Amino acid sequence: MPSDPKTGLRWSNWNLLLIVPLLMLITPWFNFDQPRLFGMPFFYWYQFAFVPLGVLCVAVVYIKTKDAPAVTGKPDKLGVDDLDEGAK
Amino acid sequence: MQWTELIVFSALFLLVTVMGFVAARWQKGDTLDHLDEWGLGGRKFGSWITWFLVGGDLYTAYTFVAVPALMFGAGATGFFALPYTVILYPIVFLPLVRMWSVSRVHGYVTPADFVKGRYGSHWLALLIAITGIVATMPYIALQLVGLEAVLRSMGLNGSGILGHLPLFIAFVILALYTYQSGLRAPALIAFVKDILIYLVILVAIIYLPSKFGGWGEIFNDAQAKFDATPAKTDGILLNSNNQLQYATLALGSALALFLYPHSLTGILASRGRNVIKRNMVALPAYSLVLGLLALLGYVAISAGTKPIVNQATGRPDTNTIVPELFGANFPSWFAGIAFAAIGIGALVPAAIMSIAAANLWTRNVYKEYIHKRATPAQEAKQAKLASLVVKFGAVAFIVFVDPQFSIDLQLIGGVMILQTLPAVAIALYTRWFHVYGLVAGWVAGMGYGMWLLYNIGNPAIGKAHFAGSALPMGQLSLFGWHPFGGSTLTIYVGVPALAANLLVAVVVTLIAKKMRVFNGTDQTDPSDYHVDEDSPRVKPVAAH
Repeated sequence: MPSDPKTGLRWSNWNLLLIVPLLMLITPWFNFDQPRLFGMPFFYWYQFAFVPLGVLCVAVVYIKTKDAPAVTGKPDKLGVDDLDEGAK
Repeated sequence: MQWTELIVFSALFLLVTVMGFVAARWQKGDTLDHLDEWGLGGRKFGSWITWFLVGGDLYTAYTFVAVPALMFGAGATGFFALPYTVILYPIVFLPLVRMWSVSRVHGYVTPADFVKGRYGSHWLALLIAITGIVATMPYIALQLVGLEAVLRSMGLNGSGILGHLPLFIAFVILALYTYQSGLRAPALIAFVKDILIYLVILVAIIYLPSKFGGWGEIFNDAQAKFDATPAKTDGILLNSNNQLQYATLALGSALALFLYPHSLTGILASRGRNVIKRNMVALPAYSLVLGLLALLGYVAISAGTKPIVNQATGRPDTNTIVPELFGANFPSWFAGIAFAAIGIGALVPAAIMSIAAANLWTRNVYKEYIHKRATPAQEAKQAKLASLVVKFGAVAFIVFVDPQFSIDLQLIGGVMILQTLPAVAIALYTRWFHVYGLVAGWVAGMGYGMWLLYNIGNPAIGKAHFAGSALPMGQLSLFGWHPFGGSTLTIYVGVPALAANLLVAVVVTLIAKKMRVFNGTDQTDPSDYHVDEDSPRVKPVAAH
């Protein structure tokens, strides 16, 4: 696998998935007792459900960006440099 | 005295002690006389070791006793630990691999090493190092609180200085094998710790609820208890005042966690970028366990568990809730295993924290200011000695000072470490901030945060200062102007403190840039942040 790209920042739109788990901070969406699941108030099982959701989001980003072509000195045809504040 | 528990506990404790000493020879490098080896285990841990090590490091014994204790006492607000450890990984996923790469190219051992390389300023690095050490010390002391909670539940509840003797012995042993084996000791012991924790929690979470009428009954009992108390902030749901506090505390804690030097130690010890990324996917397994464990606080309400009175301080210690619940409801041999899981759970993070603090001292104070020409072997020696000092300092804290003081300090530590975010985390992406801006922002954020914490009182427990991290928004003022009026909505103190930090950092940066003040030399190259383990540019491990 080639390493050592020249750019300072790399971006993939898949990274946006990392924002999804932050939705669990919006407490008014789940601060309820009903409906209960296995006797557990909604407040609790809703947040438990975010554990697999968070894992899924991070896993997708990991898999989708794993084989991202590393820049090896040639100009990047994908236009990554446009998003790249750190490149000189 | 509960002999069966004590014997099972001692046997498992003995097992990890042997492992701790043997660890020096596990995956041995050429020498232990280098910080890469002693302090970072040779920088070669794979996915499994890293999972156990970082999991053992982040999910500490204190968390395992304090979170259920908080649920037991206050209800839903204690459950913030779950969102905290769920949003944590998506937030740090990208910055951490950058930190790993740049550290691997330049041989950085601590976050302060990175700051020095990035800004060429050893003063800024010193500020970061001191913040790290001061924030970590009470955290180590709190691990002792967790360990002592199980020792007292087993009947080792003596009074006075003698009451702390079992704790002292446990810590001497820990100090000795950490001194000898470095990070390899907690890495190996973490396997035992985490397997025991998983076993105990799974059994507890399946067996205990059925014993007390199922989850529905347990939640109803908890609600009934909170309804009966005069306090308005408790309950099995959040109320209108503490929802913002709940969300900001989870977010602030998540932002702070990987700024703690000990968390970064586990990351820098891993072999490559993919090891870290895989772990960001797999580590939430511990979050699930933590969430289930938190609910044991409610189970303890149904079970009618009473916290035992700490003979050394004369007050009931709510941190004994979970050990007491296990002790009363499990056969004694299994209670012994559960106590060992919590006890060993204290040793792993305590070892890693002391190593991280020792690395900071050695790299950013000793080598920078005391002995500039220190060889790698002298650095390793210094770090080993520093780890001893740090640990005995923590014991002294618990023995001679009220443990409540450590809890207060830990609260303060979280707000403090958050103030290193611009210099450590933002600097991974951009060098836009000026070094003067970062220093000024740190001073502002630290000062404002401490002042806010100092002014938080809780008349219900008779504390006028440092009584928590929930700040009523109405108290926020800017030179006498109250932007939020008399609002009773509460927010986590770390957020306004970090906001003040960033605001001052931006203003001073703009001024410094306008005046064209020299902004230090950047040792790093933009491409350093993407280097992986197979690159020829990584620095050889333990090179002299």
